[in-house]
Amino acid sequence: MKTYDIIIIGGGVVGCMTARALSRYNLKVLMIEQESDIGMGASSANSAIIHSGHDPMPGTLKAEMNRLANPMWDQLISELGIPFKRSGAYIVAIGEEEFGCLAALSERARQNSVKTEVINANEMRKKEPLINPAVSGALFTPSAGMVDPFSACVAPLENAIQNGVKVMTDTEFISFITNGRRIVGVHTNRGDFTCRWVVNAAGIYSDEIMHTAGVRPDFKINPRRGEYYILDKTEIEMNNILFPVPSKVSKGILVLGSTHGNVLVGPNTQQTPDKEDKSVTGDGLNEIWQGAQKLIPSLNQRAIIAVFAGLRATGNALCTSSKVDYHHDFVIEVAKEVEGLVNLAGIESPGLTAAPAIAERVVELLKDAGELLTKKQDWNPIRLARPRFNYMTRKEQEELVARDAHYGRIVCRCEMVTEGEIVAEIHAPLPAKTYDAIKRRTWLGTGRCLGSFDMPRVVEILSSELGISVSEVSKKGTGSEFLFRPTKEVDA
Amino acid sequence: MTFKDRYDMVVIGSGPGGLAAAISAKKNGAQDVLVIERDVEPGGILLQCIHNGFGVEVFKQDLPGPAYAQRFINEAYQVGVDFLLDTMVLEITRDHRITATSKRYGFLNIQAKAVVLAMGCRERTRAQVRLPGARPAGVFTAGTAQRWVNVEGYMPGKNFVILGSGDIGMIMARRLTFEGAKVERVLEVMPYLSGLTRNYVQCLMDYDIQLQLMHTVKNIIGKKRVEAIEAVAVDEKWNYIPGTEEIIPCDTLLLSVGLIPENELSRQAGVLIDPVTAGPFVDDGFQTNIPGIFSAGNVVHVYDLVDWVTEAGLIAGKSAARLIQAGPQKTEKVIPVKAGENVRYVVPHTLNPDHLIEGEIRVQMRVRQPIEAPVWVEVRSGERLLHRKPEPYARPGEMVTIFLKPALLDEVKAANGLSVAIAKR
Repeated sequence: MKTYDIIIIGGGVVGCMTARALSRYNLKVLMIEQESDIGMGASSANSAIIHSGHDPMPGTLKAEMNRLANPMWDQLISELGIPFKRSGAYIVAIGEEEFGCLAALSERARQNSVKTEVINANEMRKKEPLINPAVSGALFTPSAGMVDPFSACVAPLENAIQNGVKVMTDTEFISFITNGRRIVGVHTNRGDFTCRWVVNAAGIYSDEIMHTAGVRPDFKINPRRGEYYILDKTEIEMNNILFPVPSKVSKGILVLGSTHGNVLVGPNTQQTPDKEDKSVTGDGLNEIWQGAQKLIPSLNQRAIIAVFAGLRATGNALCTSSKVDYHHDFVIEVAKEVEGLVNLAGIESPGLTAAPAIAERVVELLKDAGELLTKKQDWNPIRLARPRFNYMTRKEQEELVARDAHYGRIVCRCEMVTEGEIVAEIHAPLPAKTYDAIKRRTWLGTGRCLGSFDMPRVVEILSSELGISVSEVSKKGTGSEFLFRPTKEVDA
Repeated sequence: MTFKDRYDMVVIGSGPGGLAAAISAKKNGAQDVLVIERDVEPGGILLQCIHNGFGVEVFKQDLPGPAYAQRFINEAYQVGVDFLLDTMVLEITRDHRITATSKRYGFLNIQAKAVVLAMGCRERTRAQVRLPGARPAGVFTAGTAQRWVNVEGYMPGKNFVILGSGDIGMIMARRLTFEGAKVERVLEVMPYLSGLTRNYVQCLMDYDIQLQLMHTVKNIIGKKRVEAIEAVAVDEKWNYIPGTEEIIPCDTLLLSVGLIPENELSRQAGVLIDPVTAGPFVDDGFQTNIPGIFSAGNVVHVYDLVDWVTEAGLIAGKSAARLIQAGPQKTEKVIPVKAGENVRYVVPHTLNPDHLIEGEIRVQMRVRQPIEAPVWVEVRSGERLLHRKPEPYARPGEMVTIFLKPALLDEVKAANGLSVAIAKR
């Protein structure tokens, strides 16, 4: 049986940031992920925003983690090579009545120690010429930014791997191995592993995992689905993050120019009992469209090039401060009912933003629990971003192609992704083994043709680089293969 | 092989439009002509169209796609056209500078006197028709499936449902049946066929594949791979009709829901795009609004027949050769051609009446609403009828062609604009 100090369950952004934070210390760390790749849950299907922290209820862990994490991103992106832009965000008031709400939002932001500034309608129009002419003003939060959310998973995890963390994908948690009150390992579909600590970062499944150890039986994740639409960058250009004035349940349907240049609109909020239900709906589109057009009336549905949905891991945990009446707070704790379990649960928005602070909190919790964490002498904080042809100047592209001819062949026309980039991802520290894994890393297949052109070519590249048959190449792991059999071979 | 950095003419794309334009330019006096193709061999999408039906108009022969392409490829090499294969054009400027990249030849900068855009079209995707449901593997465009089956030699599924009665979808229904797959159903949201009737007869009827008009996909079911789709009947406004839902088990959903001209490079060069065709505004020589930039084939509007793409390419190549040799011609008057009653669009958008001296001018259009009765196709100058042609019917899936004869020269010259209409006889 393989022995580790710490096993992290779940390769979302929280697990990945935690893996990196722990890789700084002399610890043997294993991450297990049930899917074929990391970041396949909410971490890669969200609004891609580093929130300022103006919105969470003051006094909650959500507010605290957001406040602590927001300034951490500048160092993270420079060390890890994550696409990021601290663009600021606008909460836009449409009509006089909404303008009246801005003062309350600004006061909440102040309580959360977040700097904001109320700007008038004309200033908003100047910042965003496409804005609804009925704009009455906006609250500007300069510390908000936009990030490539999948990079925020893969970059810290690759850095963790460089620093000795082991990652196993397609590895499903079955149950804990216990010794009395103490958790001493996990049973998985790929064998048993012992450890001294388990970090439960399993996203929408975090409740089920703690329940197998009898922990927090009343805690429940009630997933809320959010649908998104991506608009063609050649049809609409926008560089701002625009929020509507929020409702009680969510920050509302927003419109933003992503780090990839395409405009993102969404999300709506739908309760779903099914933890696998990432489908998109006609009603969802209508709802999102109405919300988005409130901010940008000129949006045209013809510009839609992609749709997706994510599931928020909405929990029902009370705020740890008894003074605050809040029922959906993060759970960041050493479990009380057993020994050796850290729960990171109910991490919905602002979870992406908060992840680096949550990871540091895990380190503190372990120290408080008596772990003698000693720093590695040779810890390397730097993970280099790999070349992205589409985002280079012509001169840089020319130099890259001269250096390595693989970068001269464009495989994805819309997003200008080269063979060199695909091959590099297949052989990266965390290898991309499926079509979607390459898509999440390179944005191939996310443009106007949605992969119609590149798909056969990528399947061929995956087949030859991984040394498997083309009929073994899958979209997102076993069971999602593209091709069944050669032609001229009729099924018996 | 090495390539020059200056050419008389550069053609982007080596499908039927690009090949015809290159050959025609060469034959009409262009000195050196280069075709840039992103795939490893020339021919474009014809290479995966191994069914017959090509060449009936151009060669009076019924050929498979690759054979049709090969005739033009051979001729192009014969007349001395250069090919730059496995090379992607990154950018075209309005003054005809082309940046391209290739694994074999590296980064390339080429200056041309004239450019012919022949990038063809791409298929509409599930996002563009806003198909709801899960996002498992097994939802492909018909063209992607066609490439897999006909070029790569692999089957992308066993049990298929096809959404859309476009030509590629119907042709794939037959092809997949040949290869031992089961095509459960073809669904079409419109009350009429979107492809050619001959394909309905030869590809669906002959193989007992059921076509359901006014039906669409309401839901895609399946986590990793498609497990079923939910079909539903719709009314004229595409609203689902409650109670008509039907779960059809299948492992693959093919989409044949329309083609869109591929004009991202054109836009970069400043070429203006007609929102109806999604292709450039062109004159009767297929020149765009940018002098010296021409366009040919499906990049302008999506044709029914490859033969017509070839003919458009021949015209574009000839016009480009003329411009290269004689420089820009002063035209006394440009006549706009407008879509009139029951016509969705018409190509060309403008014409130079002087070109009628050299021969007839082809005008092609698509009808807006189907008319299953004899119709007139009419060309008017203001209220005045210049020319009309009878057709037995008019269907959106079948392009209508009319020729303006040289005898109309004086009347066209005198016109402020022409309009074409399609009306019941």
